[in-house]
Amino acid sequence: MVAITEKTKPEYGTPFKANWWARAGWLLAILYVFYAANYLDVSWTRFISGLSNGAEFLGEMVPVNFSRWQLLVSNLLETVEIAVIASAFGIVFSLPIGLFAARNLMPSWVTWPARIFIALCRSFHPVIFAILFVKAVGFGPLAGILTLIFASIGFIGKLFAEAIEEISLKPVEALRASGAPFISIIVYAVVPQVQNRFIGFSSYQFDANLRNSTMVGIVGAGGIGGTLFAAFQRFDYDFLAAILISIIGLVMVSEFISLQIKKVFQ
Amino acid sequence: MSEIAEHKWERFTFAERMARFTVFLGFALALSISIGTVEVIPEFLYDAPTQVADLLVRMWPLDFAYYPQGIHAAMLETLHIASLGTLLAVVMAIPVGILAANNIVRIPLLNWLAKLILVSSRSVNSLVWALLFVAIFGPGPLAGTVCIGFRSVGFVGKLFAEALEETSPGPIEALNAAGAPWASIFCKGYWPQVAPAFWGIFLFRWDINVRESAVIGLVGAGGVGMVLDTALNLFYWDRVSVILFSIFVVVILAELVVTTIRQRII
Amino acid sequence: MMSEQNRSSETQPQRSLKIENLVKEYVPGKPILNDISFEVQGTSSVAVIGPSGTGKSTLIRCVNKLIPPTSGNVYVSGENITPLKGQELRKARRKIGMVFQEFNLVERLSVMENVLCGRLGYVAPWRAWLRKYPAEEINRASELLESIGLLDFAHQRADSLSGGQRQRVGIARAIMQEPHVLLADEPTSSLDPKTSVEIMELLLGLSETHGLPLIINIHDVELAKRFTDRVIGLSKGGIIYDGPPSELSNDNLKEIYGGASWLL
Repeated sequence: MVAITEKTKPEYGTPFKANWWARAGWLLAILYVFYAANYLDVSWTRFISGLSNGAEFLGEMVPVNFSRWQLLVSNLLETVEIAVIASAFGIVFSLPIGLFAARNLMPSWVTWPARIFIALCRSFHPVIFAILFVKAVGFGPLAGILTLIFASIGFIGKLFAEAIEEISLKPVEALRASGAPFISIIVYAVVPQVQNRFIGFSSYQFDANLRNSTMVGIVGAGGIGGTLFAAFQRFDYDFLAAILISIIGLVMVSEFISLQIKKVFQ
Repeated sequence: MSEIAEHKWERFTFAERMARFTVFLGFALALSISIGTVEVIPEFLYDAPTQVADLLVRMWPLDFAYYPQGIHAAMLETLHIASLGTLLAVVMAIPVGILAANNIVRIPLLNWLAKLILVSSRSVNSLVWALLFVAIFGPGPLAGTVCIGFRSVGFVGKLFAEALEETSPGPIEALNAAGAPWASIFCKGYWPQVAPAFWGIFLFRWDINVRESAVIGLVGAGGVGMVLDTALNLFYWDRVSVILFSIFVVVILAELVVTTIRQRII
Repeated sequence: MMSEQNRSSETQPQRSLKIENLVKEYVPGKPILNDISFEVQGTSSVAVIGPSGTGKSTLIRCVNKLIPPTSGNVYVSGENITPLKGQELRKARRKIGMVFQEFNLVERLSVMENVLCGRLGYVAPWRAWLRKYPAEEINRASELLESIGLLDFAHQRADSLSGGQRQRVGIARAIMQEPHVLLADEPTSSLDPKTSVEIMELLLGLSETHGLPLIINIHDVELAKRFTDRVIGLSKGGIIYDGPPSELSNDNLKEIYGGASWLL
């Protein structure tokens, strides 16, 4: 083979356009990592020393302790119930709110408040809502349910509004021209076009609600989060491991069920 | 004259209808059982409106003066945690995603193991991950960054694996036929097909991580959540409202950035 | 260097492909390919014809072991490549250029990058990633693109080209491997009649210039007869015709394809 000192022939032009944007991007990314790591005092040494803690931690989690399984199961049930109720009401409320937020169907004095409401529900992590609702309605699953209803509205409402904004308006115009009342227009012209996607993100949100309901208990809003937090504070790491495994198992089962439901509706 | 047999057009076969009905029934059942069993203390429910009103009064006016000295630095810390955490997740998600893609790694055990890692990462809530890493690394942004990283691997890895599984096999076959080693096939055959989806996933997750980073401080993992926790514990509601407002603004800005980048580059 | 490619076919070492007793069965006892043997030398071109599903695709993929044969041997310029695995197999595959029905280009990469993909068996992966191919190879790719009339498209994305242009890029990619043998799996089936003729001319021209034995799977019997100097008819897993296109009779075709109504 020829030594790689030969140059590319000038009459053919440069073989590859140098992508300066991409190069700048990579450089910036690398510089940023060093800068941010420094700012956060995230150093390799701290990480390594933390790992030995981690090993100790893992050691205390094994053997996994399922002896308090009744508590575990009743908490898990409460968790699921919170998720189910919140999803049901959340889906029901998201329908009108999402509709109000659709800019192609509603005037702006209706869409603006609806959109701001949805944005508020979405921008805050559910735990913030949980804290506020615990203050408002006290400890217990009601706070959790309300939290997740708002979280659901934030997610489903936004996607529902976007789905409506993407539909073809021709069926809507046709029905309006024929004098159909508003509700009929929605049911016959709008709903069929967005139905499948709506089922898709509703089942996704149920999944998300289930995951979130395992956590709202940390701040007192019911479900298994409370027991989990207590286990942490009491250093009951082997029970903690049991809780974590149950949560993962629960989520896996729910994912599987969601998949089957989606298949039924396709 | 022969009679033409009557054809009924049915949208769904009998089996499909039964399946759909079962799903609805199951959901309705779950809902009614849940509402029946969940513990809601009625007195708290009636008291709720007064509590909420009280809360809103204490939160107004927002103590904007608190922002510069109390919140700004923590907000920056939050953004760095989100960014570094997402980068960490991406670095971990690429190998795990490749292992999970059943068209690239054809060993079912490895696929299953990788998918298990991804599911676990997604199932455990970010607050729980935060508690875990605060216990291991001590309070502060190191725990937060690692938390966000481990939390996001599941999301990024799953979508990455799905994108890899959807690549067209033709170009891969051609590169194989030319005698290319696996690393080259990945760079030149798979990567160009998934790159735009990958950057989209990265941005999407970064957006979510900004939200999550803002609250993991509630359990000690750094960022503005720690300021929020202090304010909540001391009942400084006007500071709480400013903190919430800042989080809201930052989240909206982050979303704007992501949407703009997606529109212009991807 | 490049000069070896440009020497006339008489003075360069004889390139050949030999298939010996090739058998492929997916279900034991029901072979798709049953004891296939033939040899192609130098500037010879062979058209393989036969009904869909007889194993034309399988045969051509058994040559470079994209589908591993159940038994039998394939010799590329005298080297038996069938028992090879791993890195040895990859090195052997460099000597076999392949052109596909669906072109199989990497759509989002440029034409130049796609052509250079032919060198992936020769350059280290980091070079491929950073696009630091040796200058000599970039020059050769440029010359190759110029000779097929696509130099102006070098920086365009592959998916912006027409079908015929894409197939030409695919052929250029195969030639970049400096192969000893050229395989083409239905290269014209996705193209219109005029472009099909252009592609066949290109393939045959390259086979002549570079002294490459050429095997083409093809549907279109007329194209096969017009361009190649030998036709092999496959049916039910075996070779039932092997000879010059001029002697291919309607009876032969009936035997290969079955049925008579499609013949003129």
